[in-house]
Amino acid sequence: MSQQTVSTLDEFMEGVWRQNPTFVMILGMCPTLAVTVSAMNALSMGISTALVLIASCWLISMVRNIVPKEVRIAVYIVIIATFVTVVDYAIQAISLELYDALGAFIQLIVVNCIILGRAEAHAAKNPPIAAMINAAGMGVGFTIGLLSLGVVREILGAGTLFGVSLFGADFQPWVVMVLPPGGFFVLGSWLLLFSTLERRKQRKLVEATQNA
Amino acid sequence: MHESAAQIFINALLANNFVLAMFLGLCPFLGVSGKLETAFPMGVATTFVMLVASLCAYGLNLLLAYFNLDFLRLISYIVIIASSVQLVEMVLKKYSPALFRALGIYLPLITTNCAVLGVALFQTAREYDFIQSMTFSFGGGAGFTLALVLMASVRERLTLSDVPSVAQGTAMSLMLAGVLSLAFMGFAGLGG
Repeated sequence: MSQQTVSTLDEFMEGVWRQNPTFVMILGMCPTLAVTVSAMNALSMGISTALVLIASCWLISMVRNIVPKEVRIAVYIVIIATFVTVVDYAIQAISLELYDALGAFIQLIVVNCIILGRAEAHAAKNPPIAAMINAAGMGVGFTIGLLSLGVVREILGAGTLFGVSLFGADFQPWVVMVLPPGGFFVLGSWLLLFSTLERRKQRKLVEATQNA
Repeated sequence: MHESAAQIFINALLANNFVLAMFLGLCPFLGVSGKLETAFPMGVATTFVMLVASLCAYGLNLLLAYFNLDFLRLISYIVIIASSVQLVEMVLKKYSPALFRALGIYLPLITTNCAVLGVALFQTAREYDFIQSMTFSFGGGAGFTLALVLMASVRERLTLSDVPSVAQGTAMSLMLAGVLSLAFMGFAGLGG
């Protein structure tokens, strides 16, 4: 029993951390950069993508033994498109304001490489529960990635966080951060930070083995 | 809609460049932009797929609107795009096998290139007529090619320069893309 809990948690954490879709695998870049002008947009985009991911991985895993190998990609795409349409209409019903802010990028979830990648690499080979857990981990990891961009860009570019002003009226917003170039710069900086940390960790490890 | 065809073209090509201003099609942009000789054909192939997809999407949208089947739009667009990619793949394989091998996995991946689906979705959302749609998709494709070629040229230069080892790879490409995007911001307002 405990063995299984460990592996389940492991499966979940893989997407959140070790194989984080945004920072490690560099997948799904288009929505990552396009909608992260504010933390709220980033969060809702992350949640929508995660929902589509979980639902489609579940269904794909259910039908994995019925679908012939040759047409599997087409079947996956149709399944994903179906769930995206559902999420698209749901967001439209919940908040029209949000729907306008995210624009075409909700429908573009269909072509998010993370989802097709997960379907092909994991859901097509594993039972539904495992596939869903893995998908949930990936979804959370993607949301974290989007949020870390959205928060930085909103604070620097507008001086607010989730719409709440942080610095008072004297703040001079760093406008370029909410414009397209800012997205590239912030993501580039995050990757730089992670690779610096990784480098430092490796150096420590080498020194430790040499001393031992 | 009072935009003239020229305005739409300039807008899609420069001011609202698909890659650098609207963030569509970043995967091939970061993936294939290593060498100039693959970047350009990739851009042309994508442009061609865009034109075919845009044409089909326009016709299909009329059909869907007639039968009141709006909710099927996304699914049918995806199917259309997948088929036109298949077409391009077959043509390339027949006439230029070398190029076919060079593009490798990125060719079938045009299907999941958001720029292509983006064209189809945007032209529907903006209610473009036939001429406008075709100009829009051609401008978008040309803009995509332009961004890809620019990026590839810069990255070829970069192989000769001394980049700090931590920044090599994706981080550096993203910074470069940021600078290019900054340059393209100068075109804002050009399309009127």
